[in-house]
Amino acid sequence: MLVSAVCLPGIFAAISAEPILVGEVASLTGASASFGQSSHEGTELAVAEINAAGGVLGRPILLITEDDQSQAGQPATIVRKLISQDKVVAVLGEVASSKSLEAAPICQQNKIPMITPASTNPKVTEVGDHIFRICFIDPFQGTVCSKFAREMGWKKVAVLTDVKQDYSVGLTECFMRDFTANGGEIVKEQKFSSGDKDFKPQLTSIKAARPDAVFVPGYYAEVPLIAKQARLLGIKIPFLGGDGWVGDSLLKVAGSALDGSFFSAHFSSEDQSPKVRNFVETFRAKYGGMPDDMAALGYDSAMILAAAIRAACTTDPAALRDAIAATKDHDGVTGRISLDERRNASKPAVILTIRDGGFHFVKKVEP
Amino acid sequence: MSRPRTLLLAALALCAAGSVFSGSINPYYHDILIMIGINILLAASLNLIIGHTGQFSLGHAGFMAVGAYSSAWITIAWGASAGWLAYLSALFAGGVAAAAAGLAVGVPSLRLRGDYLAIVTLGFGEIIKGVIQNAEPLGAQRGLGGMAQHTNFFWTFACVALAIYGITTLVHSTYGSGFLAVRDDEIAAEAMGINTTKYKVLAFVIGAFVAGIAGGLYAHFKQFIHPEGFSFLRSVDIVVMVILGGMGSTAGVCLAAVVLTVLPEFLRSVSDYPWLPAPVRELAENRMILYSILIVVLMLTRPQGLFGKLDFGRKKP
Repeated sequence: MLVSAVCLPGIFAAISAEPILVGEVASLTGASASFGQSSHEGTELAVAEINAAGGVLGRPILLITEDDQSQAGQPATIVRKLISQDKVVAVLGEVASSKSLEAAPICQQNKIPMITPASTNPKVTEVGDHIFRICFIDPFQGTVCSKFAREMGWKKVAVLTDVKQDYSVGLTECFMRDFTANGGEIVKEQKFSSGDKDFKPQLTSIKAARPDAVFVPGYYAEVPLIAKQARLLGIKIPFLGGDGWVGDSLLKVAGSALDGSFFSAHFSSEDQSPKVRNFVETFRAKYGGMPDDMAALGYDSAMILAAAIRAACTTDPAALRDAIAATKDHDGVTGRISLDERRNASKPAVILTIRDGGFHFVKKVEP
Repeated sequence: MSRPRTLLLAALALCAAGSVFSGSINPYYHDILIMIGINILLAASLNLIIGHTGQFSLGHAGFMAVGAYSSAWITIAWGASAGWLAYLSALFAGGVAAAAAGLAVGVPSLRLRGDYLAIVTLGFGEIIKGVIQNAEPLGAQRGLGGMAQHTNFFWTFACVALAIYGITTLVHSTYGSGFLAVRDDEIAAEAMGINTTKYKVLAFVIGAFVAGIAGGLYAHFKQFIHPEGFSFLRSVDIVVMVILGGMGSTAGVCLAAVVLTVLPEFLRSVSDYPWLPAPVRELAENRMILYSILIVVLMLTRPQGLFGKLDFGRKKP
């Protein structure tokens, strides 16, 4: 009742019940299809739930999805189509930062709000005041890992950085800054490059420094190799890393080498909060598999947009932009999300551990 | 005034006239139009190398990347004050940088023939991509953005008109017959006293120059470039346009560039056309399957190219 009292135009709109058009640009095929498919499924699920509950402002949401085949050059064309041809009120996507950076200038020029579910490169939201993200940015994870390391009582930590990846370098910097500022000690700094296969020299020197844990903010291709070689060298301490660890091949290659290690991520399907339980169950009922980070972020992106349309009482892009920017304490499946003045999300990260060939929820770390 | 020159002036006038209306075109169609222009430039320039000179190259996206990155780097360094003059000089500089790259790959590798040359050019394209991926000032793996949108209808199609005019008059001139001689029979051409290496290198340099211009246009249209956009797959796309259009026929290659640019976008909305039979609409849900089938059908029905032997500036046989 409160809603209808506030949103008078909504009642009139309900009579016509024209669908609200929302565009989605996703990599449904090509190199990053596994990310794109997941986030698309999450988004689709959210829209289905919103519509089943009567839509927003009495109107259903119609999601128009276009596939960019993971190809550069496509997102800009697609966003132009969505805005000028389909006349969408907002754009959801892309997952990959390089694709979002291509789509963002077009949305900004046309003053159409865009919400990316999972582009972590800080530059994406710097494109303009119509570009939002609902995931945390890379540096935040470094701080989260440091906080967790301190909670675990680790005093001496060694770091092993992938110097070829901005992601890894950024995480390392933030981790070290926070860890040393709070009384921790970095006993060894070692480097590698993605694509490397032999890490024994670095690991031998790390072993000699006798740390309590090793921080490896790498990707799922190298991390299991590092862990296996470390165990061969007799290094038994746990490893700690970021969301780059998430990938099917991590556990396949690592075997039991990563058991007892920890990493930060966006979402855990083991989270016991009712919101997450409900999401996991409806997702499994609809798609069969377990939802991953991307699916959860896709889901939240659509839910935040719907909440903003409700709050704005209109689908006018300018009012909608302000409503999205004002998002505060949105209760999403990836945690409580607030958007700051730079249109980045402030939200908790989850810490997962590896045990018995699976990822298990440890705790939530608030920002 | 000769006939081709009259046509060129007419085409440029048409570009100017068209640019008056380009503001009122739906931005999505405008996007497709510009991409058509850029793809025509790429296909026509590769056609000079593959079709007219007979040198199989799989590194065309590499030349495009050189043009795109160098011109983008220039306009970004120029700053916010970069006007159309800065843009044009950046485009030209991009073309020159790409031509230099064409020379660098041409001179050592044109001693090779056929498949071997194809492999070398393929490697060259990947090297360029690899260098960009590791070059911090060019944004490395993050991509490069921040260029203003200078590319518009007029500049794109003026470049297209100039490139087509240049390439057709070149290959139909007495001097240009050397390209065709190299393609038709290299040994015979050499026996006739034609410097085949010079012609091959020249084809690479001119082809790379035009591809570099196309890259510059692309960079200042999309406003964001990423090394993955200039991968081997992009080169293959351009090769497909040349083969489908009919090697050596500039008109056919241009038409193929138009068809292959419009087709995937047209198929995007096929499921919305009620007059199409239901099976076609369902198939269009997987538009890339339909796209591939259409290419196979075109290749089977028009193996000689879309226009066969017909071309700009050539009398009917």
